[in-house]
Amino acid sequence: MQAETLDTATAYELVRKRRPRNEFKQNMFVLRSLVTRDFKLKYRRSVLGILWSLLNPLLMMVVMAAVFSYMFRFNIENFPLYLILGTIMFDFMRRGTSEALESIINAQALIKKIRIEKMIFPLEKSAFELLNFAISLVAAIIVMVYYQIAPSVHALWGLPFLIVCVTAFTAGLGLLVAALSVFFRDIIHLWSVLLTAWNYATPIFYPYEMLAGWMQTIMQFNPMYHYVTFFRDIMMWNTNPGGLECLICFGMAAITLLVGFIVFRKTESKFILYI
Amino acid sequence: MTADPTTREPIVVINHVSMVFNIASEQLNSLKEYFLALIKRQLHFKPFRALDDIDFIVSKGERYGIVGTNGSGKSTLLKIVAGVLEPSEGRVAIGGTIAPLIELGAGFDMELTARENIYLNGALLGYSKQFIEERFDSIVDFAEVHDFLDMPMKNYSSGMIARVAFAVATATIPDILIVDEALSVGDFLFQEKCEARINELVEEHGTTLLFVSHSIDQVERVCNKAVWIEKGHMRMVGNVDDVCEAYRNM
Repeated sequence: MQAETLDTATAYELVRKRRPRNEFKQNMFVLRSLVTRDFKLKYRRSVLGILWSLLNPLLMMVVMAAVFSYMFRFNIENFPLYLILGTIMFDFMRRGTSEALESIINAQALIKKIRIEKMIFPLEKSAFELLNFAISLVAAIIVMVYYQIAPSVHALWGLPFLIVCVTAFTAGLGLLVAALSVFFRDIIHLWSVLLTAWNYATPIFYPYEMLAGWMQTIMQFNPMYHYVTFFRDIMMWNTNPGGLECLICFGMAAITLLVGFIVFRKTESKFILYI
Repeated sequence: MTADPTTREPIVVINHVSMVFNIASEQLNSLKEYFLALIKRQLHFKPFRALDDIDFIVSKGERYGIVGTNGSGKSTLLKIVAGVLEPSEGRVAIGGTIAPLIELGAGFDMELTARENIYLNGALLGYSKQFIEERFDSIVDFAEVHDFLDMPMKNYSSGMIARVAFAVATATIPDILIVDEALSVGDFLFQEKCEARINELVEEHGTTLLFVSHSIDQVERVCNKAVWIEKGHMRMVGNVDDVCEAYRNM
């Protein structure tokens, strides 16, 4: 009767030592499975299926281009391309964060019953939207072919760099809002309003130069302004965004990811009490 | 019940575990309510000790029953062992893989087909892709859903869902099996099948069992050790017969 004579404190140390298993590999498998699920559910029972991810940004571009070139006459060359680049970049962040928003609350059945890395749920949404962004990028390339515009050579390093930054930014923001919305459901209602305001505060359909001086100064604090501008620089304006711009893009992404990560880690053990 | 002393190594260690819930006098789910309460100084929290200083060791291969009246903290304890809840005080060490049979079917997406759900649920339970592929046929056999594999699970009956869930959860040979009255669903044939599978795991593969049930008879039938928790306090731990005897005569 060995176990009976053991006190729990010693036994604890004894048992704690054995805990192998590759959790990272398993988490990646779960992440992939969830992305596959989202993908299947999104296109199930639609005739065109995945083609919608391509058509949607194109059709939106046509509508917006028609409206804006009729109502306001911005002096922008290749306006439809200007639009689609801005829209798909902003939509990546918008969708990634608004789906992450309720990801923890929606996964409550699982979180209450099995031990699982909770970060998977918001991060999966960013991964899924990254995939959609990649498909939308094909739509943008179609428009570029149509207008016969070649991307600059800087796109070779700039595009991967930019995608890493925006993904990190979206993931960080997604982690932050997912964690906060567990404690304050207000954020769920507030977020869509905030995103709409943010959409208008970013030069997606109007030129940055149109803004007054003080607005241009404020714009420097808008990460999405930097990402959208960087995107257009390399894709349609054949410019090198420059080292400072790279630093700003990277810095904003890194800080957001770090804040999101820390807030999530600090609060995740309390999730179960609020969902 | 003649356990060889050499095999009795601890596998679940519960070291002075307490769980305190702060019950707010009302649930505050919005910022406005929160700040209003803060200003009015109405943020009263009433601490409630769901578990108080629980301390025991489960050794490898033991079948532990957890008994106690409703609301005594049995499920809370199982959730702490499963790693879902973090204890407020104390520590828990687990020396192996866990298969939780706590409310079957968590993590099924009813829009997906059974085939897709088996993969998704398997992943969530910690199986590798290869493992699920190898066991896929035996899971389907156990669940008896061959003809409905590619049907969305929202069209399944609750019994069918429970069968698939149980089949996926017990496809692995876990070191520790946690059963929390999960078997109350399904017809008697299914319940017999589940008990048979649990017995197979325990007897042939040496799986350690943590078992919660309101039926003392069932606990006596399935388990060899028991712990009695009453209002969060540990009243007794020991052989199943002694503990159940004491519990009956409370």
